[in-house]
Amino acid sequence: MATLTMYPDDERLSRGERSVFNLYLVSAVALFVLMMLLGLAMRMSQGNWLALAPDLFYRVLSMHGAGMVGTMGLVTTAVMWFFLRKYVTLHLWAFLANYVLFLLGALCIIGSIFIGNYAGLWTFLYPLPSQGMVWSPQSAAVFMVGYLLIGVGMLLFYLDAAAGIIRVFGNFARALGLQWLFGGQIDPSHPKAVVAGTMVIIANSLGILAGAVVLVLYLINIYDPQMVLNALLTKNLTYWFGHMYINATIYMGVIAVYELLPRYTGKPYSVSRPFLWSWAASTVFVIIVFPHHLLMDYAEPRWMAVTGQIISHGALFPVFLVTAYGALANVYHSGMRWTMPSRLMMLSLFGWAAGIVPAVIDGTISVNRVMHNTQWVPGHFHFYLLLGVLPMALALMYHVVGSRRQAPPDSGADRIGLPLYLVGGLVFVMAFLDAGRLSVARRMATHLPEWWPTDQAGAIGAALVILAMSYFAVRIGAGLLKAPADGDRAHAAG
Amino acid sequence: MYQDIIWTVALAAMGLVALGFLWVISQAGKAADAASSQRAYHGANVLRRWLFGILLVVFAGVTWASLHRFPIPRQHAALDAAQVVDVIGRQWSWEVSTTTLTTGTPVEFRVTSGDVNHGFAIYAPDGRIVTQTQAMPGFTNRILYTFTEPGAYRVMCLEYCGLGHAPMVSEFQVVAPEGN
Repeated sequence: MATLTMYPDDERLSRGERSVFNLYLVSAVALFVLMMLLGLAMRMSQGNWLALAPDLFYRVLSMHGAGMVGTMGLVTTAVMWFFLRKYVTLHLWAFLANYVLFLLGALCIIGSIFIGNYAGLWTFLYPLPSQGMVWSPQSAAVFMVGYLLIGVGMLLFYLDAAAGIIRVFGNFARALGLQWLFGGQIDPSHPKAVVAGTMVIIANSLGILAGAVVLVLYLINIYDPQMVLNALLTKNLTYWFGHMYINATIYMGVIAVYELLPRYTGKPYSVSRPFLWSWAASTVFVIIVFPHHLLMDYAEPRWMAVTGQIISHGALFPVFLVTAYGALANVYHSGMRWTMPSRLMMLSLFGWAAGIVPAVIDGTISVNRVMHNTQWVPGHFHFYLLLGVLPMALALMYHVVGSRRQAPPDSGADRIGLPLYLVGGLVFVMAFLDAGRLSVARRMATHLPEWWPTDQAGAIGAALVILAMSYFAVRIGAGLLKAPADGDRAHAAG
Repeated sequence: MYQDIIWTVALAAMGLVALGFLWVISQAGKAADAASSQRAYHGANVLRRWLFGILLVVFAGVTWASLHRFPIPRQHAALDAAQVVDVIGRQWSWEVSTTTLTTGTPVEFRVTSGDVNHGFAIYAPDGRIVTQTQAMPGFTNRILYTFTEPGAYRVMCLEYCGLGHAPMVSEFQVVAPEGN
């Protein structure tokens, strides 16, 4: 169960742990700023404020997509590791191996894009990677190998975590708390981090395996073009992988909220039956909801499209009624201690709960018919990634930075940076959503003049976000890299 | 306009979420005593049950309203449309078999691809999408659509397909039937 002690002893980091944890977080904040700059360049180019040639634009788009998704995976893995290690044994070598493989994979991706000119986007829909015309199939293969390396790293981490969970709880079902779904006395100390971590391990391992299958098929196809693949099957596998990978970042990130929120409200925040039901349902939902990405593929069986819509709508229940509602009930009349971590947590819950609305609406087949692949789509996923998941990770980072002085940070600059981030973020995502209303296509290097106003509004919002994020990155980077406090040294020695 | 309705619904729902957060935040600083906390806990559980019921009714209603007439036409049986258009997407152009259609009678678009994935989206003269499907190699996706407004309709590619994705545009005319 989450503790009410602000900086409990079991969260202290040994010297080795601190080094690896800092590698994750410092890399992540630096990458976020860099990837945001690429995003700004694209929005400015679409709005006719900057001239990016189409070939460069699509390479930048490929880098931004793969880079952001990968970095979200990286930083939220650090969130999950930080808290899960309190309840089960996690081996530092697995955590480090994930980081090293991520870096190697990232190098492959960067090389394929900026040396090999690969521009087949992070979703790499078959058979575009091998028929891009302006890049070689070999550079596409390097991109795929990069993905495989990142996937292998994450699977290693999950396998280590799975072994740790099974050793303590016996099996995944008990770790998820399924034994209490229909009755029985719930153990109030059962950790939410274990419930969420188990769900992520189940779902994202399946997703990564699906991704690995399709990537290996692509590699075979690239070197033996006579082995033709089924475009619909590969698309299903690609979105099964992609959907679960990016959704896993939310479920890993929210562990920070479950663990930290009660320390700032001073109220217990233990597991309940609705909580266990919602995570059991979410485990199933996240695995089977991916057909909502294929609603405009009419060759897809009808039952899959119906499943995609119904499960998309059903996803509202756990997010609204359990996670967001439960957190708000914990905050209500709590005497909340408002500092940067608690503000960021509230922002993250709002970003997730509000951002899911346009996503769910787009999961309706008749809506998707006019919104699919318009800027409505980046509107909703940027909403819950930029204003939801990233603030979850930032909340933990700020919290850890405060551990040096045993006090959560709350400087004047922090108090200016957060509203800047919020306002910029809202302008940025609402510009996307409004462009979706106007049928502005996504992923186009050049835009019609009548589309420029929303592009330009989006660019202004992005610039504000980058200002705030650059400050956060410097503040967090400097805070993390400071020498450990005395207590930490003693812990490291022991 | 369908997109404007979607936008309004989304704004309203997101606005409700924002109001809920703002209200709780405004109440967060006031620490309650044990008795008040117990009452608030009980009240929150009652409210959650109500919200669950309301969401469930909305969920059931939306599901029925949006699916009882399935929005995607049959893909494996004859659609018997009066007008049929064959469409092939290729890097980076559209091959459209007919460039003049009439209002008031259904049109069947048979959409496929000669190379990679494309997105076949029809833009009305006012610049809004009226319908779309994916153009996939090895598959034919069929749209059934009845135009009500005459004018110049634009076809744009909505699935990224490489360097020439943005300029992959075509156009056809929709006219009122003769005699109207």
